[in-house]
Amino acid sequence: MAKISIDNLRHSYLPFPNPDREEDYVLKKLSIDWADGGAYALLGPSGCGKTTLLNLISGLLVPTEGKILFDGVDVSRFSPEARNIAQVFQFPVIYDTMTVYDNLAFPLRNRGIPESAIDPRVKEIASMLDLTSTLHKRAAGLTADGKQKISLGRGLVRADVSAIMFDEPLTVIDPHLKWQLRSKLKELHQRTKRTMIYVTHDQTEALTFADQVVVMNNGEIVQIGTPIELFEKPNHTFVGHFIGSPGMNVLPCEVKGGKAFFAGQDIKTANTHKGSGQKCEIGVRPEFVNFAKSGIAAEIVKVADAGRFRIVETRAAGSSIKLLVPENQSIPTGKVNLAFDADHTQIYADGWFAGGKL
Amino acid sequence: MSAKTVNNKAWWLVLPVFVMVAFNALIPLMTVVNYSVQETFGDNIFSWSGVRWFQQVLQSDRFHGALGRQLLFSGLVLLIEIPLGLFVALNMPKKGFWVSVCLVLMSLPLLIPWNVVGSMWNIMALPDIGLLGKAVNSLGITYNYTRQPFAAWCTLILMDVWHWTSLVTLLCYAGLVSIPDAYYQAAKIDGAGSWAIFRYIQLPKLRHVMTIAVLLRFMDSFMIYTEPQVMTGGGPGSSTTFLSIDLVKSAIGEFDLGPAAALSIIYFLIILAISWLFYTLMMRNEEA
Repeated sequence: MAKISIDNLRHSYLPFPNPDREEDYVLKKLSIDWADGGAYALLGPSGCGKTTLLNLISGLLVPTEGKILFDGVDVSRFSPEARNIAQVFQFPVIYDTMTVYDNLAFPLRNRGIPESAIDPRVKEIASMLDLTSTLHKRAAGLTADGKQKISLGRGLVRADVSAIMFDEPLTVIDPHLKWQLRSKLKELHQRTKRTMIYVTHDQTEALTFADQVVVMNNGEIVQIGTPIELFEKPNHTFVGHFIGSPGMNVLPCEVKGGKAFFAGQDIKTANTHKGSGQKCEIGVRPEFVNFAKSGIAAEIVKVADAGRFRIVETRAAGSSIKLLVPENQSIPTGKVNLAFDADHTQIYADGWFAGGKL
Repeated sequence: MSAKTVNNKAWWLVLPVFVMVAFNALIPLMTVVNYSVQETFGDNIFSWSGVRWFQQVLQSDRFHGALGRQLLFSGLVLLIEIPLGLFVALNMPKKGFWVSVCLVLMSLPLLIPWNVVGSMWNIMALPDIGLLGKAVNSLGITYNYTRQPFAAWCTLILMDVWHWTSLVTLLCYAGLVSIPDAYYQAAKIDGAGSWAIFRYIQLPKLRHVMTIAVLLRFMDSFMIYTEPQVMTGGGPGSSTTFLSIDLVKSAIGEFDLGPAAALSIIYFLIILAISWLFYTLMMRNEEA
């Protein structure tokens, strides 16, 4: 087990990247600290560099610049074996010709651990993963979720593993089993207290699994925070959009004297903005927009039923504003007025939360 | 309304294929079957002879000798080419400029016509003027493939290895590059050494292509004719007279149509039986 620190990490797949050209790098100067035993998620759209970061941490790639430290020791150039990392891949990797038992014992046998010590360990992990009944069957005969459990088991079986990495591990799992396997992961994390890092582009997976989520976009960290922080105080309009369903409303605004104006109205916000010459926007989640007697004049465009809520799409001053209405509340028609909850309305300058990062 | 209209007219569309298969397989094969149970002295006059030719062939020393040599040749060729081809494939580069260079070099022997291969090696191994023959003799080893059976065998095997190992290599290489990276990454993380990677990842994943490689090499080497015919003509003596050479000698050389036809059928059945047996054994554990 280990505390993992990432220090000014930069990575390029080009053989000779130009240090001054940002485009040459898929990861742009990242620094993160992860405490021992935490559950973390790396969340971002496809191609944002999250798998690259994972492979750098596990040692499958060597970083172009910067350092990766495990408990203060620079391991940037260590082999995956020396780092003592476990990784579960997108597609289940199993050793086809071996039984489930031999698959689980494989990492221990490779490390020269005596069979007498391997046996109880394999059995313990198998029972944790509900694999006991299939222990002596050939691994090739298992279903995708069973195989993915084996990949995970090969990581858990090593008592001294520094961290377990997951690279979109639920991609090939049937929808009804996804939820099961996800709760299994959560349960295993609580039982074993291993550091777990989970890469995904699915916000539900990230938010349910992790204590802390790292949101990435274009090779940069956009925000690190708990699921609640990401929801309530998005640090960037990207986070607002990417997390939540539907995403945050982002409205162009004018800022005068630190105050935001949208559609000619003074909007009360949680933060103020002092600079000028930047593109300013107001961000407010649909959950914090309400119908009101007075306020921003808008017109209802569409109502969509989403179970316990209805998503109402309105248009005001050329922008679309969505709001959530509980199922028992009636929805006015035609022209309406909208009000924003001031505590959850933020000003963004050039995409970033105004007045510095949270 | 439940009765479906039964219309079998579509079967006529199979006719062209049937005619083609008939002319290139069924009719020639049946002609051979026809010869194998009849006696003829020419002029298209035949008389029934039952299984006499089969008995004669199966009891003849000539057939036993040729079959033995054929099995030995195929066995040796497989024993060398399969591991060697796999070894070369494992050591070929997986990406970059050298991949295409290696692939082209590997394909070259496969592109040379068989009789040219025979002539090339015939000339190269000549003890007085051939590069190989002269070189070996100058090392103090007496080598003359036209006189020594052992030298003839060595030369033939060397020639076949040179000609066909590439096929095994190319098949194995195709199998190797199709193994996803994640397997190697997982193995690295599990601390597997290169032997364990070979034994538990590469070999199981190559199982199918290697089955095909063994089958192809077995069938081809068991039917080999052109190269040894050009190279040694079956000699010295009958030391390199394989089944195919023996067959051509008796059918065309001696015009023994009956025994030759019986031999053809036995030959065909042996190849069929061995291939079937091997394939069944290899695929037996597939669904276990």
